[in-house]
Amino acid sequence: MMNTTSAIPIDGAMETPWTLPYRGTVGMACLIVAEAAIFIIFIVAYIYYIGKSLSGPTPAQVLEMPIFGTICLLSSSITVHFAVSALRKQNLRTCTIHLAGTVLLGSIFLITTAQEWYHLIHTEGLTIRTNLFGTTYYSLVGLHASHVVVGLIMLSLTLCFALMGRVTEEHSEKLEVLSLYWHFVDGVWVVVFLVVYVLGR
Amino acid sequence: MTTTPVIEAIDETAASHGRPPLNVVYEWLTTVDHKKIGLMYIVYALIFLVIAGFQAILMRIQLAVPNNHFVSPQVFNQLFTMHGTTMVFFVGMPILFGFGNYLIPLMIGARDMAFPRLNAFSFWISAFAGVLLYFSYVGGSGLYAAGSAPDVGWFAYAPLTAKVFSPGHSTDYWTLAVFLSGVGSIGTALNIVTTILSMRCKGMTMGRMPLLVWLYLVMASLVFVTVSPLTAAQIMLTLDRYLGAHFFDTQAGGSAVLWMHFFWIFGHPEVYVLVLPAFAFVNEIVPVFSRKAIFGYAAMVAASVGIGFISLSVWAHHMFTVGLGPAGNTFFVFATMVISVPTGIKIFNWLATIWGGKVIFAVPMMFCIAFIFQFLVAGLTGIMLSAAPFDWQLGNSYFVVAHFHYVLVGAILFALFAAFYYWYPKVTGRMMSEKLGKWHFWLFVIGFHLTFDFMHIPGLLGMPRRIYTYEAGREWETLNLIVGIGAIIQTIATLIFVYNLVRSYFQGEVAGHDPWDAWTLEWATPSPPPSYNFAVDPTVNSRRPLWDLKHPEDSDTGYE
Repeated sequence: MMNTTSAIPIDGAMETPWTLPYRGTVGMACLIVAEAAIFIIFIVAYIYYIGKSLSGPTPAQVLEMPIFGTICLLSSSITVHFAVSALRKQNLRTCTIHLAGTVLLGSIFLITTAQEWYHLIHTEGLTIRTNLFGTTYYSLVGLHASHVVVGLIMLSLTLCFALMGRVTEEHSEKLEVLSLYWHFVDGVWVVVFLVVYVLGR
Repeated sequence: MTTTPVIEAIDETAASHGRPPLNVVYEWLTTVDHKKIGLMYIVYALIFLVIAGFQAILMRIQLAVPNNHFVSPQVFNQLFTMHGTTMVFFVGMPILFGFGNYLIPLMIGARDMAFPRLNAFSFWISAFAGVLLYFSYVGGSGLYAAGSAPDVGWFAYAPLTAKVFSPGHSTDYWTLAVFLSGVGSIGTALNIVTTILSMRCKGMTMGRMPLLVWLYLVMASLVFVTVSPLTAAQIMLTLDRYLGAHFFDTQAGGSAVLWMHFFWIFGHPEVYVLVLPAFAFVNEIVPVFSRKAIFGYAAMVAASVGIGFISLSVWAHHMFTVGLGPAGNTFFVFATMVISVPTGIKIFNWLATIWGGKVIFAVPMMFCIAFIFQFLVAGLTGIMLSAAPFDWQLGNSYFVVAHFHYVLVGAILFALFAAFYYWYPKVTGRMMSEKLGKWHFWLFVIGFHLTFDFMHIPGLLGMPRRIYTYEAGREWETLNLIVGIGAIIQTIATLIFVYNLVRSYFQGEVAGHDPWDAWTLEWATPSPPPSYNFAVDPTVNSRRPLWDLKHPEDSDTGYE
């Protein structure tokens, strides 16, 4: 054992309250900034290559607005918000129902994306190799979809814990951190939707 | 007059000698302690520093005389690629993260980083990335072949990186290693920002944080917006190489210039990611050895934040020779020149801190003074290169190589050496030898100036970078020989430094808590600090808590 003494400045008299931001929220905010930078690069590449493909098919020929999937994904932001506020009010049952709703809506979005890709690949013959549109479309939408998958895995885990009765009011801060991520994924979709399906067509 | 109350704490840390070596190894491999992870970062970076330094020596031997056949052109391409990639991603970033990891919690009175396990993850993923990069020497062209290292240059311009022009897997090792190191960097940066914002001890308001902590906050925030674009670009490059995507495929309408933009959106702010911690060390060391508080604390913070923002709008000065058009040129020339204003503010503040102080010329201070001078020179050649017409003439010449090595070696490495001499007693409990330190300093200064002062001239005489040899009679020979001799002297100096590091660990003078009579919180802990840092959570009332402790009759509280 190594024993030494140290003199540490303390101040018992200081009574001013000392509160710092919750580290989970700060950490998630940092992650969101970093992820946003990644998405911006992919979006810049998408916009830069609009109309630069040397061969077809073009977005106008093959893309359809995924209205239903978009409504589902954006609604899931509302349900996850209700899940957090229910947990804060110690209303575990409502929280579980809203979590389940979020997972369901997120999954429906993924299914609509999968159907869209299936259609594009099998009917239209558009793959990531076909042209610049295929390259940028699949990578941007795929990058977003992979974030949806990660979010869904974490939400499903939370749902499992909630069903097992392991989620309590003290976890509301942590659930809020997760909901921040989910809101971010939804927000990115708004941008991707505007760029790919509105601007790009 | 207020007296700061103190608590006398008895610190106990289990000693590691006398225990089975396997247990000690296991403890280091599984540790989540910020100090151990910081040290592992530093040691790992030092190993890569030796490797990449060795590559530099091989290149200088090759270029020392004209028409040399010491290494083949292929090997030379691999050497400069590996040297650059290693120095930036596996020496610069990890060593600075290592110091940050070690010092930030101690300086803000915290017991660990905000996310200790994420910290360990980030370190190990970065370490794996470095090993992966060097595994390319064995497995580069596929496991059945002899192997070859990446040879596309550290900025790996398209379309050279396309599968057609770089077959085999050597480029993939580069891409994956850089990608993984990026993941590790983002993880550590996230940890640093969160630690600084959420883990400060009582009384440590943002305005009372040591400047080192402020600069690391700016640096880590920059990492999010600079390393992420590179990570995105590496994903695109991998898609191009493996799934046949066309991001940078000029045959299918893709753009090689887009890669340049994506790379330099990372590449230039990265310079500031590397240099801000160097400023941070100097900000801590110069006041202590001038026996004065730092001049212009608020101006320093403002300048650092300013550098962070402006650095995001200067990247295309690496691309003047591509042809950006008059509007693009004007904007990037202007933005690049503007960034010299906040850096100039910093230099004046350091000079004003030294001015009128009782300067102690210990080794850390000597390195800091050399840093200030050399950083100024590096900044001046930077302003020269920021003028687009000048850059058209000298872009991709040895003048550019000399300029950025002046920043990376003359500024960053010198500040790092200062940091080593300054914090070594805290980390090990022993002082580094002053005598060996002075030998190290003077030899390194001489070697540095021989190499990098003279390297500017072949650039002015038209010698391009990255050529593996040159003909005699172009007046480059003598200059290149001098550059090579300087490199050898720097190597000797570095060996003395490494010897000093090892020797002092066993035979150095015992340091005590606070050998430099310094003022920040890390010096309140024993050397080395116990695993929990502070037995009780400290409270601070000013920027220099230990000054208040030592001088209750004249505490800082009244002046801030």
